[in-house]
This record gives sequence, C-alpha cells and structure tokens, in this order.
Amino acid sequence: MSLISVRDLVVEYDGRRVLDGLNLDIEAGEITVLLGGSGSGKSTLLRQILGLERPKSGSISIKGTDITLCSPADLKAIRRSVGVAFQSAALFNSLSLEENVALTLREHTALAPSVIDLIVWLKLAVVGLADFGKLHPQELSGGMKKRAAVARALALDPEILVLDEPSAGLDPIVAAELDELIVFLKETFQITALVVTHEMHSAFRIADRIAMLFDGKLLAVGTKDEIRANQNPRVRQFLNRVPAKHTAALASYLERYVQGQEAKR
Amino acid sequence: MANLLEITGRETLSQLDYVGSLNIQLWATLRGMRAALPLVGNRHRWRAAVHQMLDIGVHALPMVALMAMCSGFILAMQGASELRRFGALHFVIDLVAVGFTRELGPLLTAIAVSGRSGSAFAAEIGTMKVTEEIDALKVMAFEPVEFVLAPKYLAALVAVPCLSIVAAFFGIFAGGLFMFFSTHLGLLLYFRYVLTSIELRDVIAAMIKSVAFATIIAHVGCLEGLRVRGGPDAVGRSTTSAVVRSTFLVIVADAIFTTIFYFVGKT
Repeated sequence: MSLISVRDLVVEYDGRRVLDGLNLDIEAGEITVLLGGSGSGKSTLLRQILGLERPKSGSISIKGTDITLCSPADLKAIRRSVGVAFQSAALFNSLSLEENVALTLREHTALAPSVIDLIVWLKLAVVGLADFGKLHPQELSGGMKKRAAVARALALDPEILVLDEPSAGLDPIVAAELDELIVFLKETFQITALVVTHEMHSAFRIADRIAMLFDGKLLAVGTKDEIRANQNPRVRQFLNRVPAKHTAALASYLERYVQGQEAKR
Repeated sequence: MANLLEITGRETLSQLDYVGSLNIQLWATLRGMRAALPLVGNRHRWRAAVHQMLDIGVHALPMVALMAMCSGFILAMQGASELRRFGALHFVIDLVAVGFTRELGPLLTAIAVSGRSGSAFAAEIGTMKVTEEIDALKVMAFEPVEFVLAPKYLAALVAVPCLSIVAAFFGIFAGGLFMFFSTHLGLLLYFRYVLTSIELRDVIAAMIKSVAFATIIAHVGCLEGLRVRGGPDAVGRSTTSAVVRSTFLVIVADAIFTTIFYFVGKT
C-alpha cells in the first residue's frame, strides 16, 4: 500500500481541463520527483494532494484516508503529518524565523517552551540557519528563505515532506546545497518526499522515482534509469532540452482564437 | 437593450454574491471567535487580538480625537450662526451633545477606522494570499478564519465602540470650548447641560451602531483581502475597494439604524 495514491484525478478550471484522469502512487521512504514544464499541471496536482482544492472527480488518499471526502478534522490530522515548503517559501513575515518554525510546535503540541526552543534550534541547524533565528523573513536572501521554509516544514517531524520548486530562482551552488539537504533528510529521517521541479539536473540528483507530467497526464513514471531509457518523444524532448515546435503552438492558438471569434458572434 | 439587461443582471448577481460571501464569512468568524476570547480560548489568538486592539484603537486615538474636535467646532459654529438669529444660542449645546452621541461619534470613528484599519486588513490578508501564507496556514492545520479573522473582528468589536465614546467626548468638548469663547459659559456648567440633554437611549443607540460599523469594517476589509487573486497590483485594488465599500456600507447602515431608532423613539 503506497503512502499517497492518486486515482483518476480530474481537475478543471472554468471548463479547461488541467489534470486529466491522473494516477500516481508515492511509496513510503522514497523521494518522488514530479517533473514537468510550465503549465503541465504540476502545481495543480500539488495543491490537490495538499487538499487546498477539490477535484472534479477522482480520489487522493494519504495514509489510507481519502482527503477529497474526509471530514475537516481528519484532514487536519493528516496535515499534521505533512510538511510543506512552498515555492515562494510563504514564511510569515510578521514573525521571526524562530517563531515561524515554532508556530506549529506551540499550537499543536503541549511541549514546554524550553523544549520547543531546542527543537527549533535543531531544525534550523539542519538547514544551516541556526545563527539566523532572530531575523525576520524580509532580512533573508532567497536561498535562506527556502531553507527556512524547509525547516518550518520539518518542525512537527512529518512523515511526508512536500517541496514545491525548491531550487527555482536560486544560484546553482545554493540549489545543489538544497538538493544535498533533501537527500540527507531522506537518509537520516527516512522521510518520504514529494518534490516538484522543472530542473532536470536537480531531479536526477535526488530522485528515487520520477514522474513526468505533460498536459495534465503522466507521461512516464519510473526510476532515473527507466526515465533515461524512455523513448516517448515528449520525454526525449524534455530530457534533451529541445524547443517545442512553435508552428504547432501557433496553429492551436489560431484555432482557439477563431473558435472564440465564432462563439462571440 | 439586451446588453443593458445583461450588465444589470451580472452586476446584481455579483453584488448578491458579495453580500452572501460577507454573511458566510461573518458566521464562520463568529464560530471561530471562541478561540480568540481570553481564558476560554487560545492565548495566542487573544494576544493577537490585543495587538490588533492597540492598532485599531489606541493608535487611532489622536487622529480620531482631532477629527472629532474639528467636527465639534464646525457643528457648533454652523449651528450657532443660525440659532443666534432666533436668540436660541443655548440650543447649540443640545445640538452638539445629541448630534455627537447619537450620530457623529460613531460615524466619524467608523470612517477613520475604515480608512486606517479596514485598508490595513485588506492589505495584510491580500499580501498573505499572494505570498501563499494563507495556504501555508491551511497545510499547517490552522484555520485561517480562526487564525487571522477572529482576532481582528474581536479587536474591532472592542476598539470601535471605545473610540466612538472618545470621539463623542472630544466633539462635545469642542462644543464646550466654542460656548466658552463665544458666551463665556463655564465648561462645568456646559457639561451639566450636556448631561441633562443626553438620554441613556442615545448612548445605547450609539453603541449598537458602532458594533454594526465595526462588523462592516472588519469583514469588508478581510473579505477584500481574501478575494485577492494574482499579484501585488490586486492587493492595491483590494485595499482601495475595502475603504470605498466599507465607508459606503457604514453610511447605508447608519441611515437604516437612524430610521429604526427614529420610529422606535417616537412611541
């Protein structure tokens, strides 16, 4: 039984199908990387798995509970075992780094303040920010914010760690450090991670399993070697960084434009 | 013609949608409010609420007091210039006292608070929305309504009536200063006249009004913030719209309440 399983997920925004009957299994103790270009539906899938939006149809179960149907109380209970680091870090600007990390500990546990301080220090130390706890998010660089977001996601010792574009907008050195950190977390804490990214290099560095998303469907799922050996033209295109044929995109744009004009009439 | 009907229909639906959302949010916040109360609730929410009270109430005090003083002078002078012709200058006292307790105290406060705090709510929550902080709260198993909205609403419910009382006091005080300088009426005597002209009913009416105004300002501000979609420009637009809509709704509510009290008072 996989830790997270997505079944026949369909998501539509204003009648536009973003995810189309998607199936995905995420195994415990593995790093699964969700790889795909912009607009492929990665972020949408992530928001669905986090229970931030409801699908049109299909189901998502985490640890055996279907989060599309369960009660708000059950959803809250599941969310406590999931740590999330958002693309924009989403640290609370009114709180210092320490307070950001301590927030869930203070409110969801009955730990003594001294114990919380210690845990916060440890979590910040894991991401190399132990000396910066007193600073506020706006005083940090982009890379530090992302690492702080990881520390906050780790606060409650989650079983599942979800990272949305951890290396986007970072320089290669910091991005590589973050990759090392993710692998380190998996090896030391046996954490299950779901990492959304569009950066090939990072994906192949950290992944146990890669799921490639294109146009709301999964193109391929497999280990690094399986993906490298995959002969699907879209997968090859992504791996070899071949630019998309603009003529096709233009044609579909024109087609939609003409349809729009007819609809107006 | 069909186009006009279409626009009217769409606009009506969107306004109804707005009022509906406002109602849903109000009830959700009232349910989440227990968490923000002292002793029975969560102490972190209560602390946030106290913080908000300082921001909405205490920090607005000088501005509200000054606005009320100026309006008090204006009302006294405008009243005096007319009443003087009938030799009824002492009615200025009643005008200022009753006018400020029933009407101008709560209304001036509401306008000041909607400009200061209503816009701040919209900007703060809108920014949280744009930077995914609201989503972060949700995935951290917090209820944004309880975490963000309830302390703000509780703070507004406490701070706005208090500010209204202060505004009424300063307005009446300004009227006293005017009477002192124009007719050499002693301030103590002035306040004694004031107390005879105000009834308890006026004070209760003012409190009911200011609670309603607090509700409107807090909820319009928060709803505008939560409706932000997109980037920083949307935050700016929501801030403007929070002030415009809450000021408008405050004045509409004031008209409704004044009408009700007028007819209730007659019997």
